[in-house]
Amino acid sequence: MDIPYTVLPRRDTGLYNAKLGIWLFLASEVMLFGALFSSYILLRVGAYPGAWPHGILNVPIGTVNTMVLICSSVTVVLGWAALKANNFARYRKLQAITIVCSMMFVCIKSYEYYDKFTHYEVVLKDGRVIDGHLIEKVGGGQMVNGVRQHPESIILHGVEFPAEMKAAGMAKVPLMERLAGEHGGHGSHVEHKEYTIAWSDTARVQNYGPWHNTYLAIYFTMTGLHALHVIGGALVMGWIWGPGAKLWKTDPERYTNRVEVSGLFWHFVDLVWIFLFPILYLL
Amino acid sequence: MSHHDAQKSIKIYLFVFASLIVGTILTVGAWKVHMPTVFITVLVALVIASVKASLVAGWFMHLASEQKMIYAILGFTAFFFLGMMFLTLWAMTDAPTHALP
Repeated sequence: MDIPYTVLPRRDTGLYNAKLGIWLFLASEVMLFGALFSSYILLRVGAYPGAWPHGILNVPIGTVNTMVLICSSVTVVLGWAALKANNFARYRKLQAITIVCSMMFVCIKSYEYYDKFTHYEVVLKDGRVIDGHLIEKVGGGQMVNGVRQHPESIILHGVEFPAEMKAAGMAKVPLMERLAGEHGGHGSHVEHKEYTIAWSDTARVQNYGPWHNTYLAIYFTMTGLHALHVIGGALVMGWIWGPGAKLWKTDPERYTNRVEVSGLFWHFVDLVWIFLFPILYLL
Repeated sequence: MSHHDAQKSIKIYLFVFASLIVGTILTVGAWKVHMPTVFITVLVALVIASVKASLVAGWFMHLASEQKMIYAILGFTAFFFLGMMFLTLWAMTDAPTHALP
């Protein structure tokens, strides 16, 4: 038995079933992301004054990624319009651009994640803090009794914060804002140098992963969930574009509806990013 | 949407696309300018984001001309979404005021 209402609208809803389905799904997605946005607001307004970090992310890269996602959104809807006009070849080209854009987005996001995972904050035993990107870990790494050994030293390219600042109770966050200049932010430029730090001199070594602070925790959670949506959407659209395209020959209207439904999901992913970009990169 | 309508819509899609690009540039531009208060900075960024989101939802997702059933679903969603946003914020009113150590 065929699935009913894949092409024709049902009389009571006025919609073909897949469209009703995707909107119900998107409604649940609004609540999913809404819960995270709500958490973000609570964490943000509940933070100590001045303790919320700014300038950690690279704004030009974030802007480029926003543009990439916008481009992918317009090609989806233009591709669907091409199918409506019975122009399969044009749809193929446009949707190929969408899929390339989605891969570009994920690659750029991966680079940003890599940048954070190789960005270290090292607190020395004398109270100084060295903050910078990892150049090399020297020695160590071997397994002894199932425990990975620490490196002998760690080489970072970054800046040093004197112990007095920490002793004076100044939070590191305002200091970090001075570094924002390096990421195209408001901060003034701070000279970066190469530091070779013996492991025995360190009190704490931590990279800028989600465990580093509340901001990075919510940043990785929200952008990670968003990136999973991008990957999922790209896989579905890629399948419809490639192996699933057989349906165009047998049931073009149903195929066009599939493109529309996957497109609705894609626009939603774009819509979430429209809010994620300013709140995480700029505000 | 008929085939003819879809073709007519292409111009609208391109206009929305251009607006989204301009909106993104405006967002970054407004952030670069020092606003008098944080509130205004946040307000400007969120207003631009809301306009961009409305363009995507209204025209790319065709919400400007959809069936009543979808509006009904989204009406419920908006109600609970706003509840989730603002009820939790009210919890802040009995939180102790922070003071830096």
